[in-house]
Amino acid sequence: MSESEAYRPPSDTPFFVCLGLLGGGYILIIVCLILANSTFTTPGHLLAALNAPEIRYAIRLSLVSCTITTILSLWVAVPIGYLMSRQQFRGKNFVDAMLDIPIVLPPLVIGLSLLILFQTSAGKAVEQLFEDFMDRTGLAKRMGITGITYDIPSVILAQFMVACAFAVRTMRVTFDQIPVRQEHVALTLGCSQSQSFWMVVFPQARRGLLTAATLAWARALGEFGPILVFSGATRFKTEVLPTTIFLEMSIGNIEAAVAVSLLMILIAIAVLILARTFGLESRIEGKAPR
Amino acid sequence: MIRVTDLCIFQGEFALKDVSFEIPEGEYGVLMGKTGSGKTTILECICGLRPMQSGTVELSGSDVTRLKPGERGIGYVPQDGSLFVTMTVREQLSLAMTIRHWPMQRIDERVNELAEMLGIHGLLDRYPHGLSGGEIQRVALGRALSSGPSILCLDEPLSALDDETHSEICDLLDSVKQQTGVTILHITHRKREMRRLADKLLKIEDGIVEEEDLNDSAQDASPA
Repeated sequence: MSESEAYRPPSDTPFFVCLGLLGGGYILIIVCLILANSTFTTPGHLLAALNAPEIRYAIRLSLVSCTITTILSLWVAVPIGYLMSRQQFRGKNFVDAMLDIPIVLPPLVIGLSLLILFQTSAGKAVEQLFEDFMDRTGLAKRMGITGITYDIPSVILAQFMVACAFAVRTMRVTFDQIPVRQEHVALTLGCSQSQSFWMVVFPQARRGLLTAATLAWARALGEFGPILVFSGATRFKTEVLPTTIFLEMSIGNIEAAVAVSLLMILIAIAVLILARTFGLESRIEGKAPR
Repeated sequence: MIRVTDLCIFQGEFALKDVSFEIPEGEYGVLMGKTGSGKTTILECICGLRPMQSGTVELSGSDVTRLKPGERGIGYVPQDGSLFVTMTVREQLSLAMTIRHWPMQRIDERVNELAEMLGIHGLLDRYPHGLSGGEIQRVALGRALSSGPSILCLDEPLSALDDETHSEICDLLDSVKQQTGVTILHITHRKREMRRLADKLLKIEDGIVEEEDLNDSAQDASPA
């Protein structure tokens, strides 16, 4: 008898039906949302949106900025996640709560806070340093980036502030799930802390890393509030896909807004499928003897 | 030889004070005690994995109290084996030697020698996923012995094994001791295991470690 045909007492049925109805209702709403979007627009609208130069720019900026944000987020999330998982120190609970602030703060507040930060003397000094660096290296002319605020770096910074918090949380859980005893064994075998991390712990964190990357990328793609406040909504400069939807809706071009929304849904689904495909074929399974 | 002198550990409400004992060179010491009595804590202190407030640890005549775990010449086998899930058995057995920059040929020879001794030749290119409890413990033992340590610390390595595998691994531990001459500290709950393997019996109770006569324990009829 296969698992699906296994006997289940009839008295359990109402319980599972309730669970199915509750869960199924939510899934149905998600499917309906996607269907509503797809039926509202036509392939013509979608093609027209894809051919519009300002939308092409927004797609390019979204893809590039989200990728940079993801790399930066992982760069920070791995060490923080590992330290928070393994080390005990005074004020750990406080640091833990601080790391959740970007998740619980309203997005607009993050944007506003970033804007205010870059108006302080320290923020202005950082901006000045950045401008000087871009001028000296000639990158300002070549890339068309002159400063941070209301320029492309502000888009990445706004995305990073939120996406990184999700990546940190994911990496912390990932490291929590890797038994510390394996590191102990590695240490007795002669590994240093760093060798034990890179040779034993990090390879096992591959799935978590992929999940953190997916989450950070998807979160960055959907970021709107902080970008609107901190970067503005300037076409061909700081316009990312959510900004496009906002701008198109504000001028009454609903068809283009829906087409871009659908595009974002497709990108998000593609990222999820990619992450799951690569995530599932893990070496950890160890099914194929070499 | 393992000599622990006046070991003190305080951790929250848990405390071990002035713990002292010795296991002579090449002997098989078994440490028994109730759950939560501090057996694993003592073993981790000997391995250098846990800070201690005071006391000294001497291994094979050298004071290793301030040395890092990898410098103490100890092989460590935890309860669940704790195999590295992303490494093949061969990679696990090679790790300690790779870290010490042994030549490749010598590493291969040593891996084959260990595989022969532990009967794990057929497992060398497999990952830990899907190995049986007995196989996991054999690999963990091989990994601990790989760089030729003079001390072996075993933290309840047989607790999750069925009776048949348990007996097999007991025979294996006996043969490892005979072949390598390694000094062993083995933590266990099972009296049968202790009677089968121990040259020296240590019991921990209320934070005090005392040596017990093996003959007295052998007369104890309880089969636990």
